[in-house]
Amino acid sequence: MSATPDTREVVLEARELTREFDGVKALDRFSFKLHRGEVLGLLGANGAGKTTAMNCLLGLTLPTSGELNAFGLPLQANRISILQRSNFSSAYTALPGNLLVWQNLSVFARIYGVPNPKKKIAELMELLEISHLGKRVTGQLSAGESTRVNLVKAFLNDPELLMLDEPTASLDPDIADKVRKVVRKVQRERSIAILYTSHNMRDIEEVCDRVIFLHKGKIVCEGTPTEIMSRSSSNNLEDVFIKIARDGEILDEPKKEEAP
Amino acid sequence: MNLRIISALVMRYLFLYSRTPMRLVELVFWPLVDLVVWGNVTVFIQKNSDAKFGEFILFFLGAMILWDILFRAQQGVAISFLEDVWTRNLLNVFVAPVRTAEYLGATFVVGFLRILVTCCVMSLVSWIGYSFNIFQLQWWLLPFFLNLMVFGWALGMISTALILRWGQAAESLAWAVPFFIQPVVCVFYRVEDMPAWSRPIAWLFPATPIFEGMREVMKSGTMNWNYLWLSVGLNVIYLTLAGALFVWVLNLTRKRGLLTKFATQ
Ligand SMILES: Nc1ncnc2c1ncn2[C@@H]1O[C@H](COP(=O)(O)OP(=O)(O)O)[C@@H](O)[C@H]1O
Ligand SMILES: [Mg+2]
Repeated sequence: MSATPDTREVVLEARELTREFDGVKALDRFSFKLHRGEVLGLLGANGAGKTTAMNCLLGLTLPTSGELNAFGLPLQANRISILQRSNFSSAYTALPGNLLVWQNLSVFARIYGVPNPKKKIAELMELLEISHLGKRVTGQLSAGESTRVNLVKAFLNDPELLMLDEPTASLDPDIADKVRKVVRKVQRERSIAILYTSHNMRDIEEVCDRVIFLHKGKIVCEGTPTEIMSRSSSNNLEDVFIKIARDGEILDEPKKEEAP
Repeated sequence: MNLRIISALVMRYLFLYSRTPMRLVELVFWPLVDLVVWGNVTVFIQKNSDAKFGEFILFFLGAMILWDILFRAQQGVAISFLEDVWTRNLLNVFVAPVRTAEYLGATFVVGFLRILVTCCVMSLVSWIGYSFNIFQLQWWLLPFFLNLMVFGWALGMISTALILRWGQAAESLAWAVPFFIQPVVCVFYRVEDMPAWSRPIAWLFPATPIFEGMREVMKSGTMNWNYLWLSVGLNVIYLTLAGALFVWVLNLTRKRGLLTKFATQ
């Protein structure tokens, strides 16, 4: 665990979050805190439970048990006000393909009640280097373009909490690098709390302040990227990832509450 | 309820219709086909029977137009939802601060707009082609129109709830649900023309008193307020139950973790 406790405001907190699907636990007593201005990476092999965690945190899926709070408020009862202060982007969802890019962004700017939406959209598109895409049909964009349009949508309401589900999946290394840098830049400027899932270790090393490794819905280790590498005597996160994915090796101190 | 959010969602559908003219064609084309077929049939009957029979043209065309109001309102709700499914937009909407009531409200508005388009086209064509002036239906009919629209919204929510429950395989319900009830709501005939045992069923639907009332207005020019109040009362019940059903199914979908499957598949 981190040496010094984080004293910043807790933006998002899960306590003993469990989600079962047909008796199989996709998430098993998953607990964490995400602080203001912190980027927390959620790592794990396919099926580890990352998306399930995110869907629970977005209120899209109800947990089987456990407690969720955002901005100090219980999630389910305050969903709308919490969502107004948050945003989300995923490589696996898209904005309506048959609309033009500016049309889609205008609709969401209006939903979020963005003041001066035209200016905001123009600024963000410039930041992500996609100003030229405004009049394009959303469904005809390349993966890299579409990811960046999704990110513009995700930044529209100046979220305090941002959830990114594999934002760099299917991007070439150059675009992935640009996306990471922009996310990091905006995040630092505005002290956004970000929950970030990825398979891409480069992402994690560059963007995340702290990471949690999930394996079959359980946390198997947690810490800063450097801490984790030194603990597992690896010199890159990729090795750690492979070790965990293959045998769920637990690198942390043995788990305290393991049932006898 | 936040009107800004409803208007934003309506804006999305308007963009959609402006981007895909085929959707507008569908709004105009089918009502037109219906109208022309029924119009010609009535003209044929008119020519080959005695004069009294001729007034049926009024009933048929009136019924056609009213049925279409119901159908378009229902489609406004059900198809708007499907548009979000087809374009994988559902997730974006559900992670935005959009209340269920606002989402449904937007689909109601779309239903209303679809009715406006269809009604204009049908009134114009029936007037030019068959000298049937919809305005001779009297302004009395306006409350009946509104009631039909509201019942259409309720049916739309029921269709949407069924699609949410059974997944995209059940998509065709979006078109089928209104026709499930068509035989019992007496669109083209009177309740007393139905077999006696089935008459009580007819009165369970708010559309029945509307169609009965419409025929009475057209025939005698007088409005039977009992029909109107009956349909209003039934509509309140239907709207409440359909809304509750939708919310219940939506929560069930969340509980089962299927909402995201729906939105990303
Ligand atoms: N709606 C669902 N119904 C049944 N099983 C599900 C559902 N959603 C996820 N799962 C299962 O939960 C586990 C975790 O999945 P997921 O959270 O998508 O993993 P990740 O995002 O880490 O790849 C997987 O075994 C997956 O099959
Ligand atoms: Mg995933």
